[in-house]
Amino acid sequence: MMGKTGTTVFMRSIVGAAAALAVAGSVHAQDVLKIGLLATLEGPFAAPGQDSMRGADLALKEKNGMAGGKKIEFVKVSSDATPDKAVNATRKAVEQDKVPIMIGPLSGDEGIAVKNYAKTQPNVTFINGSSGAQAATLSDPSPNFYRFNTEGAQWMVGLGEHALSKGYKKVYLVAEDYGFPYSQVQGFMASYCAKGGKVVDKAWVPLGTKDYASVIAKIPKDVDALLVVLGGSDAVNFLTQYEQAGGDKPMIGGSITVDQTVLNFKGKRRESLLGTASAGPMADSIDTPEWKKFVADYKATFKDGFPSPSLFAYLYYINTKATLDALDAVKGDLSNGQKAYRDALQKTNFKGPAGDVKIDANRNGVGPSYITEVAKAADGSFYNKVVKTVPNITQTLGLPEADFKKMGLGTRDVPDCRK
Amino acid sequence: MSAAQWRRAMNSSAAAAAAARGSSKVTPLSVATRSAPEAHGEWPRWIRDLFRPIKARHVIVMAFVLLYPFFATPFFTFQIGAQSLGLGLIALSLTFLGGYGGMVSLAQMTVAGLAAYLLAIFGTSSNAVISLGWPWWLALIAALTIATIVAAAIGWLSVRTEGIYTIMITLAVGVAFFYLAQQNYTLFNGFQGFSKLAAPTVFELDLREPMPFYFMVLACALAGYFFVKTLIRAPFGIALQGIRDNPRRMQALGYNVTAHRVAAYAVAGFLAAVGGVLMVWYNGRISPGTVGTGAMINILIIAVLGGMKHPIGAFIGAVVFVLLQNFAIDLVDRERFNLVIGGVFLAIVLFSPDGLLGLWQHARNRFLNRGSGRIHQR
Repeated sequence: MMGKTGTTVFMRSIVGAAAALAVAGSVHAQDVLKIGLLATLEGPFAAPGQDSMRGADLALKEKNGMAGGKKIEFVKVSSDATPDKAVNATRKAVEQDKVPIMIGPLSGDEGIAVKNYAKTQPNVTFINGSSGAQAATLSDPSPNFYRFNTEGAQWMVGLGEHALSKGYKKVYLVAEDYGFPYSQVQGFMASYCAKGGKVVDKAWVPLGTKDYASVIAKIPKDVDALLVVLGGSDAVNFLTQYEQAGGDKPMIGGSITVDQTVLNFKGKRRESLLGTASAGPMADSIDTPEWKKFVADYKATFKDGFPSPSLFAYLYYINTKATLDALDAVKGDLSNGQKAYRDALQKTNFKGPAGDVKIDANRNGVGPSYITEVAKAADGSFYNKVVKTVPNITQTLGLPEADFKKMGLGTRDVPDCRK
Repeated sequence: MSAAQWRRAMNSSAAAAAAARGSSKVTPLSVATRSAPEAHGEWPRWIRDLFRPIKARHVIVMAFVLLYPFFATPFFTFQIGAQSLGLGLIALSLTFLGGYGGMVSLAQMTVAGLAAYLLAIFGTSSNAVISLGWPWWLALIAALTIATIVAAAIGWLSVRTEGIYTIMITLAVGVAFFYLAQQNYTLFNGFQGFSKLAAPTVFELDLREPMPFYFMVLACALAGYFFVKTLIRAPFGIALQGIRDNPRRMQALGYNVTAHRVAAYAVAGFLAAVGGVLMVWYNGRISPGTVGTGAMINILIIAVLGGMKHPIGAFIGAVVFVLLQNFAIDLVDRERFNLVIGGVFLAIVLFSPDGLLGLWQHARNRFLNRGSGRIHQR
């Protein structure tokens, strides 16, 4: 137990610390601009959440912590990938910490929830972090919600044609049963089905499924390939069990199916992953000076980071960079309901590490996708080799808007593509 | 024993506190309080009984919660105030079950979540295919009724178990419901759940606005609080505490132990269902994550944090919990803030097994130099 003197000293030091903080705060109060930054620092996406914060930090560091003539300070808040928590955290940053600009969130359903909250705060500008749900900008968009990255469906555009060119005319789908894979599958099917490909059957499995025996048993003998849109441990579990069951069909992966974490798992099946095609808004092996500089900066800045920036770090990076660039363009002027600032955001067009960053009239990113295939490097490690780049993909997946609207947003049964 | 002594015995709540210790003298005493002799006076007895226990701290707390939204920012009114009271109401249902019935159920969040889901299914939501579109009051009544019935059914399942087995069986029920909600698309809309479930507009009053919403939640929380306080001194509540302390003896006295326990689950289920509806209106949406294991355990944390020996503990626990959830990230390094939350919980449980209430009681005894530490029931 703390004695009476101990308590007094303790109390005094608290008061002293508070006073010191208050003084320090007032010194900088004039030239500091707070920007809210939301990512998942807890729950299943804690590691990606941490990496996305690195991406945002990197964008700020490149500008020496300044934008629009002001010192930028991130007010970091966290969610656990549930929409409830994301909105609570965003509300805290916006209403309690009074940030005029908010960056985040990380995952798809969070994005839709934050977009809906954005409607109640018209004087604050919301910029997406890495969430990739189509609906966030396509249906009922909020005029103050910007997304400079492309989303889950856009990432898969071009993969359908690539699959056809490899001779895969009939595929069987295994995917997790929620919004992000729906979008991914739609992006694949939009061109694949239009050009004659068929998805003979779809197995939607719950997120976190451990036993795929019943799914594997149902895979028909006469399909040419499997379309596997699973992530993280789900992907590893499926691939291992498919190999143990003696499966030998080639695969096509989603944007997070054959990433580094999956490629580096041990097992015989790994060899058979060679040549697996997938697509995404970036790839580890992009051969441009911009990408190489980005990777080098990331490695130099974050000694505790991943061997190479993750998808999340990249997406937070471009969204944060767009946020800060627009602040520079208006010299930090956020007056008049941030009108000038939003005009500057709308005009954003820069060459990012993995291609152009610009937005459409719904304030959603228009950018390239990278078609990759798993290849073996000289040192025996596996990596995703870029085989094709598809530039300027819009949110309507290259279709005229009317046609896209007729198809609707991707769900379990849209598009159908069975016949 | 004189009438005055009897009254003092009632008011100091020695009866109920001692009952917690399972003393054999106590159960008859708590039952006997009902038949305390009438005292003579000008006012009817029940009015004096109503006002006598009101102390300065009650007036201060009541004035504070009523005036709170007038000086707090909308953020503090809505996210801290209303959320604490709503979560507190769900935790209150657990305090009632655990503290007075001796049954610790992890499924209280499940019942709350079920009520929220039912409201979305019967009422209006973003998913027009599943939602039936009933008027909000009808959907509300249906949701609360069904949730209460389901809570009674969960109780009926688990009353045959004791202690840790009750926790296990209610945990199983909760996890089963979580997976059902996540994997069923015809009724629960799977992973995505429902959105656009904001509170209704009643008599031109938009209950979505922070201040009206706060007062609605406050009214429900106060009603729940006084309901529990009244119930634990009614014959049913006394019998329930008797069953908590010695079910075999109560059975011998002719009480139907199972029926009392199931009824307690139903009552707690109703409180949780009201809390669940308030929380879904607060969030504006529901998805399986809301009824996941983490959320279920959070309710237990809130109840234990505040202290389960008095209904107010649930609300104190909820305020501390919500404040920590919101502001711990400002205190330390962003990647370590969960450590603060965990550390505070651990410290409270370690230093005061009775939660914050026990801490408060301890401090009172220390400064006022009063007798042994005992939780006041009033």
